[in-house]
Amino acid sequence: MNILTQWLRSYLPRLPVDDRRLAEDLTLRGIAVEGEFPASCGGTLYEMDITTNRVDAMNHYGVAREAAAIYGLHLEPLAPAAPLVENRTGAGFPVRIEAEDLCGRFTARMIRGVRIGPSTGTIARYFAALGQKQILAPVDVTNFAWMDMGHPTHVFDLDKIEGGIVVRRARAGERLRLLDGSEKTLTGDDLVVADEEKPLALAGVMGGWDSRVTEATRNILVEAAWFDPAAIRSSSRRHGLHTDASHRFERGADFNAAPLANHLVTRLVVEQSGGEVEGPLVDVKVPALAARTAERPAIRLEVSQVRRILGKTADEEGAGQGIAEEIVARHLKALGCDLTRQAEGEYAVKLPSWRLDLEREIDLIEEVARVHGYNRFANTLPAFQGTVRELAHAAQEAAIRQTLRALGYTEAVGSTFVSAEEAETFGCAELAGGVEGAVAMGNPLSAEAGMLRPSLAPGMATMLAHNLHRDVSVVRLFELGTVFAGSTAEVKERLGLALGATGAAKAGGSLYRPEDALFYEVKGAMETLLGKFSSAQSAGSLSFDAAGLPDWIEPGRGARVWLNGELVAVFGELSAAQLQARKLRQPCVVAGIDAQRLLADALRQPVVTELSRFQAVERDFSFLFPDAVTWAAIETALQGSAAQGASPAKEVSDLRSLRPVEIFRDPSGKAVPFGSYSLLLRAVFQSKERTLAEQEIASWTEWVVARLKALGGAQRV
Amino acid sequence: MSAAIPELRQFDEAELDRVFARLEADAAAQARMLTGGESLEAFRLQWLGRKQGLLGQLSAAWLKSAPTEAKPSLGVRFNRLKAQIESLLEESRQQDQAGSQASGLDVTLPGAAPRVGAEHPLVKTMAEIVGVFQRMGYSVGLGPEVETDFYNFEALNFPPNHPARDTQDTLVIAGQERKPLRERLLMRTHTSPVQIRSMLEQAPPLRLVIPGKVHRNDAADATHSPVFHQVEGLCVDTQITFSDLKGTLDHAMKALFGSAVKTRFFPSFFPFTEPSADVQISCIFCGGKGCRKCKHSGWIELLGCGMVDPAVFEAVNQRRSELGREPVYDTRKISGFAFGMGVDRIAMMKYGIGDIGLLYSGDLRFLEQFA
Repeated sequence: MNILTQWLRSYLPRLPVDDRRLAEDLTLRGIAVEGEFPASCGGTLYEMDITTNRVDAMNHYGVAREAAAIYGLHLEPLAPAAPLVENRTGAGFPVRIEAEDLCGRFTARMIRGVRIGPSTGTIARYFAALGQKQILAPVDVTNFAWMDMGHPTHVFDLDKIEGGIVVRRARAGERLRLLDGSEKTLTGDDLVVADEEKPLALAGVMGGWDSRVTEATRNILVEAAWFDPAAIRSSSRRHGLHTDASHRFERGADFNAAPLANHLVTRLVVEQSGGEVEGPLVDVKVPALAARTAERPAIRLEVSQVRRILGKTADEEGAGQGIAEEIVARHLKALGCDLTRQAEGEYAVKLPSWRLDLEREIDLIEEVARVHGYNRFANTLPAFQGTVRELAHAAQEAAIRQTLRALGYTEAVGSTFVSAEEAETFGCAELAGGVEGAVAMGNPLSAEAGMLRPSLAPGMATMLAHNLHRDVSVVRLFELGTVFAGSTAEVKERLGLALGATGAAKAGGSLYRPEDALFYEVKGAMETLLGKFSSAQSAGSLSFDAAGLPDWIEPGRGARVWLNGELVAVFGELSAAQLQARKLRQPCVVAGIDAQRLLADALRQPVVTELSRFQAVERDFSFLFPDAVTWAAIETALQGSAAQGASPAKEVSDLRSLRPVEIFRDPSGKAVPFGSYSLLLRAVFQSKERTLAEQEIASWTEWVVARLKALGGAQRV
Repeated sequence: MSAAIPELRQFDEAELDRVFARLEADAAAQARMLTGGESLEAFRLQWLGRKQGLLGQLSAAWLKSAPTEAKPSLGVRFNRLKAQIESLLEESRQQDQAGSQASGLDVTLPGAAPRVGAEHPLVKTMAEIVGVFQRMGYSVGLGPEVETDFYNFEALNFPPNHPARDTQDTLVIAGQERKPLRERLLMRTHTSPVQIRSMLEQAPPLRLVIPGKVHRNDAADATHSPVFHQVEGLCVDTQITFSDLKGTLDHAMKALFGSAVKTRFFPSFFPFTEPSADVQISCIFCGGKGCRKCKHSGWIELLGCGMVDPAVFEAVNQRRSELGREPVYDTRKISGFAFGMGVDRIAMMKYGIGDIGLLYSGDLRFLEQFA
């Protein structure tokens, strides 16, 4: 909506500020001026941005009312400026409101003997400045009245009306051609302005084609009415017609403005097109709707409540105090409220008919703050006696993020949605607290985003692909966020975690084949991450197996991760099908982790092991093992398994550590036969109490060799 | 490299002195020119080489032709010369080694370091905002991303036909049509439902800061994303005023953007607050003088806020009663304020990010810049 300051100043000739300052003061009161341009008629053209609850201010008089309140100026009430020259011989035009629940007021007046040409004078000048197209003078007049005082009006060709006006619900299937030329089929919920025979206009939305004013029109009927907001909203929606009139009626027009608007339009039509006003203004009112709008009961306002909500002012006078009672009263009166003082600091406030947005005491308190100016209130800090609650999982989430970043993984935030196919492939009830199923969206953003993500793994695969397709070939990412399981009846949310890695694994060292290095790097990250949590502390609490892998992982190239017998993660290389579908040419390892399970767990509290003062002794063992013998089997044979209480073998009391140093497989089968591998194993013996004797080390070494042989190993010399 | 072979005209002491002094001078001069490595070896071969060495050749020639009485003197002189050359050679070797310790490293080559992962700018910004309010005594509140209409709209005083409820604005879960309106599931459009959840659980006083992810049915462009992040705050107690809201946000903005930042408040409209305000801060780039980033206004719009609408407290009370809890949010005694800000917008402004989509792309080229 645009405002001409020249037009505005015609209401407030004593406005004490220039256009620039006026714009700023209005903006600080919520009547926002978004743009200022020189106007061709003189003064400034404001581009306004007014919140939809303030339809009353979306016109020149409405803005003038705000300006008058800000500067404490007197504003003449909207009233007939000059009496009309009226031919009183005729009676008023017959008007009947049938739909009394939807039409609260209908005013009508006849003008006879017009000669219709283009608009002239003020209307033409303002229209040129606003870039408003001129149509025919009577129509321009209704637009002018709309911009002037914000009440929609309509002019009919009086000679097209048969009998009188009837405001009624349309009959289902009734047809009406509108001003824009469209032909509408009406329903029983539409409200029409009709004559005795036919509908003339879609009430509050748009006039009809057949009864429109043309150059040939000689006699005019001016309409100004009040229609029910909900009825107009549904009609406007149903027929896809959003007009100035529907905009206003939907949000509540001024019940008392109808006769004023009719008068204004009638006067201007006569000024522009000549003719004579015939008969009195017909003004039919529905008392029940008047009582809901213009004649609402007064509401109570206590100044103490105003102060309780608004607090201290920063004004020089009375700084640090609540707002003064007289200021409260002054601001509300300036807005058109009628205040009756009931007791000390207590008022009955009759609300202006144009402010249907005001209903409660708090609405008045807001108005006081707004007119006074928000920035004239002090900045204070409230005291607080409550307790600060710790967020239950903050430390664990921070530890997850910090650990992964230290391991080289950058945090990413991906889409909340996946395709139905991805939901099917990546969903895993075991990692979702046992909740089966995925959740479909009712109005998905796209076909590929039809489901809530049941896992962060597919999003991670998408992000790896995003990078690879942009020639970023070394990627380490993680995402920590909500995952969803269940059904559209009940959605369960959990915290999920995904890791993604592709490209240039750190050199595999002497343990891993180059093509396996990436997998072991991610495994290392998982071990480090899970190692931050207390339940992964006891030996054997964390285990990995290669069984039951989901389809998105390449067979034999992934693992499931168990924490004390509960599945907490699956990870591995994306399957060939996944790589192909995502057009990827290099291996990508993705991990899906049930972070919610980790949150249930305390972070590991470090407990220091006393350092031994005695020398450690290293012994290396070189063995040839069949491929079927896993490291876990070797470890268990030498250190005992979790099932046995994870205690070190009794035979070796001081085995401090045991680790694989080198693994070698010979593709040619010469140095190491096919189906087996050579393992260099390092054991470290150290006692906390004494220096170990040669003899006991020798016996332990023998014991180790014997155990390894028992596993099927052959010692290499 | 070559040394002229001096001519020995006779074997008297003076002539020997002259010739040997000349050889020593030549050797010293050459040694000064040595550049290490191969040149050292060439120098050694030239003077001391077993077959072609100058010393060997001269001593063989001169000792053969020298008169017997001159031979001891000649021998002594040759030994001394050889020792001198060896010491020159040793000296050069040492210099060469010392030199390679300093100049053998190109200290301008990039260092090697394990790559460290980067914090996500949204996570980082959100943590900073939350931290400011935590230091002011606010507890962190969290809630689900899938909400019911009741928590997301109804209890927050959205009228039943409010446009925000439309599927054009809100992403909804499938198959909700048969449920009563208030039970229908949707992706929360703001973090405000957590305000309601918290007030149902706790009696005042209450200070909450609520970070989280929200969704709207928006077409993606440079400044819009169907997913984005908010931080909201809620403070409820007796005696909480609009001036407290102003003071709290003024303090928080100074804590976030520096003590020189000013705030100003404009009337606005939200269904769940009244009075409602939009807050601008003085431009953090130009200090308020006006620049491209603040569209030459000197101000940047940053958050929405207001006093909790009594209708929200009434909805909370009603629900509390339904749940068998005391309706303790008495609108004549209890008041409060709420505020909310878009984390994405703040991060974009702070780091100069032009396209919101980058935040959700997982693009390492972008994310790495925050390491």
